[in-house]
Amino acid sequence: MAEFNNTNLADFSGVWVFCEQRQGKLQPTVLELISEARKLADDMGVEVCGLLLGGKGVGDSMAKELGAYGADKVLVCEDDLLETYTTDAYAKVICDTVMDKKPEIMLIAATNIGRDLGPRCAARLHTGLTADCTHLDVDVEKYAAFLQEASTLPQAQLDALNREDRNLKMTRPAFGGHLMATIICPRFRPQMATVRPGVLKKGVYDEAKANAVVVEKLAVSLSDADLQTKVTEIVKEAKELVDLTGADVVVSVGRGISKDVEGGIKLAEQLAAEFGGVVGGSRAAIDSGWLSADHQVGQTGKTVHPKLYVALGISGAIQHKAGMQDSECIVAVNKSDSAPIFDVADYGICGDLFKVVPMMIEAVKEAKASK
Amino acid sequence: MKVIVCVKQVPDTSGKVAVNPDGTLNRASMATIINPDDKNAVEAALTLKDNTGCEVVVVTMGPPPAEGMLRELLAMGADRGVLVSAREFGGSDTFATSQILAAAIKKIGLEADDLVLCGRQAIDGDTAQVGSQIAEKLNIPQISYAADIKKDGAKVTVKRMLEDGYMTIETQTPCLLTCIKELNEPRYMSVGGIFDCYNKPVDVYDYNTLKDDPLIELDTIGLKGSPTNIFKSFTPPQKGQGRMLEGADKNTCAELAAELLKKHII
Repeated sequence: MAEFNNTNLADFSGVWVFCEQRQGKLQPTVLELISEARKLADDMGVEVCGLLLGGKGVGDSMAKELGAYGADKVLVCEDDLLETYTTDAYAKVICDTVMDKKPEIMLIAATNIGRDLGPRCAARLHTGLTADCTHLDVDVEKYAAFLQEASTLPQAQLDALNREDRNLKMTRPAFGGHLMATIICPRFRPQMATVRPGVLKKGVYDEAKANAVVVEKLAVSLSDADLQTKVTEIVKEAKELVDLTGADVVVSVGRGISKDVEGGIKLAEQLAAEFGGVVGGSRAAIDSGWLSADHQVGQTGKTVHPKLYVALGISGAIQHKAGMQDSECIVAVNKSDSAPIFDVADYGICGDLFKVVPMMIEAVKEAKASK
Repeated sequence: MKVIVCVKQVPDTSGKVAVNPDGTLNRASMATIINPDDKNAVEAALTLKDNTGCEVVVVTMGPPPAEGMLRELLAMGADRGVLVSAREFGGSDTFATSQILAAAIKKIGLEADDLVLCGRQAIDGDTAQVGSQIAEKLNIPQISYAADIKKDGAKVTVKRMLEDGYMTIETQTPCLLTCIKELNEPRYMSVGGIFDCYNKPVDVYDYNTLKDDPLIELDTIGLKGSPTNIFKSFTPPQKGQGRMLEGADKNTCAELAAELLKKHII
């Protein structure tokens, strides 16, 4: 057991956010975490620290932006060996820093990198890690209010919550969203969570806070011998970047376009263009090679919560619903009136999408013109 | 050389997922399957076996019926199975699970040219943590999200997927890789394999088998040894009934557009 974790829980203080950067670019989801960390820290009366690892000079370009969204302090670890993400180097530097400074909470974005790094660190630190959280609370009143909204639990259970409880309550979907679980880590610190990108809301850029941020450079003790893995190339796939999680409108296609794939995608693109949104797809559409993997909505793809989600020819398997059921408004077009997608749809049209979508495009055009 | 593959039996969440009135999951009504990513890991091990003749050992932690799943993997071509099963192991979170599996892997014997393969994540918990945590407990390098694996002697080269591309990473054995579906297409069991699988060995590791390992302390395994606990579980409220728009014609679409306009969505 990590020695430092045998000590008093009260020795740990502060909310930390691992600030993931790739090739010198801050991952946008980090700002969501910083904004959330700010709220948690305000409830607890503690500081928010960004932990930023990278090559030389990485702190200069990013510290201000982190400050603007709520970081009081940015801890910067700069070293040539941290230029590119490796599990070994990042886990060592992060664990060393955590053991030294003892944060109470540590948040990491659940990206492919965060989900590699988080468990390695938690195992080394001997603490708990909750994966892919979608909601975080410290304050019990706020947690009870959240449960009132988001659960079917009886009021008596909410009233019975211990108001003195200061543990981080980490809520995440399980079994494809059929069940929600709130997880705590009462005996060990830091309480670690990876957070699903695109779920928490980014705050507002605050110039004054950007200028007030404290930057603390930490000494890094790292040598080539610490690295057991070597990155020999990084390839960015040359493709148009699809910002599914940031889009206000997502028009997705599924197996229902199989009889005319090109035509189906074209219709979805036209409809998306009319709404000012982007095109997504179900796993069936991605596995069939109709769309590239970055279009995938669902449990193994991206979670989206746009203002409007249009599902064209998607049956609505729970893996798909898990990624889109929190959309504000869902419109489904499907030939089968028993498709499970209609269970979550606000508006359903039972019909052939190849006939319905062109009419829909016209109708939307007219509606917008009449505005 | 051998390849040790960690596999989990999971409820088939793509089938009928049923929730009890009290909000817990009705597991009895669900079929169990081999976790899909783990099947890709097994296939990767079997491909290595086809090319090099190495031994493939499949390991699972779970209740005794999980042995049936191990037999399926033996029928696909794995050489032997290890079932890690004991009351003391029940209720483990990812941290405790990785302690136990790491101890089991040490018991099987991890040698200098061996590989450990896991799936990226299990579809029931979706944490993607156990692989990384086993690697940490065994103190070996890890590469997650493997979409291509090349092994040349002690050198392992992996294509590791990122959201916007991939990295090529090199490391040495022994190491742990977590596999994703892009890696391969799992093979089916063969008829001969099904016949043979009942003659292949499956060892059962219980608490007594592993208890001498320093990783196995009663306060690092099972429910008691899990740093995380479930505080509350609940079902989200059903969404209000949506509206089916009848007709699927021009008027229907106009009605939809009017509704969207009214809600200020367009």
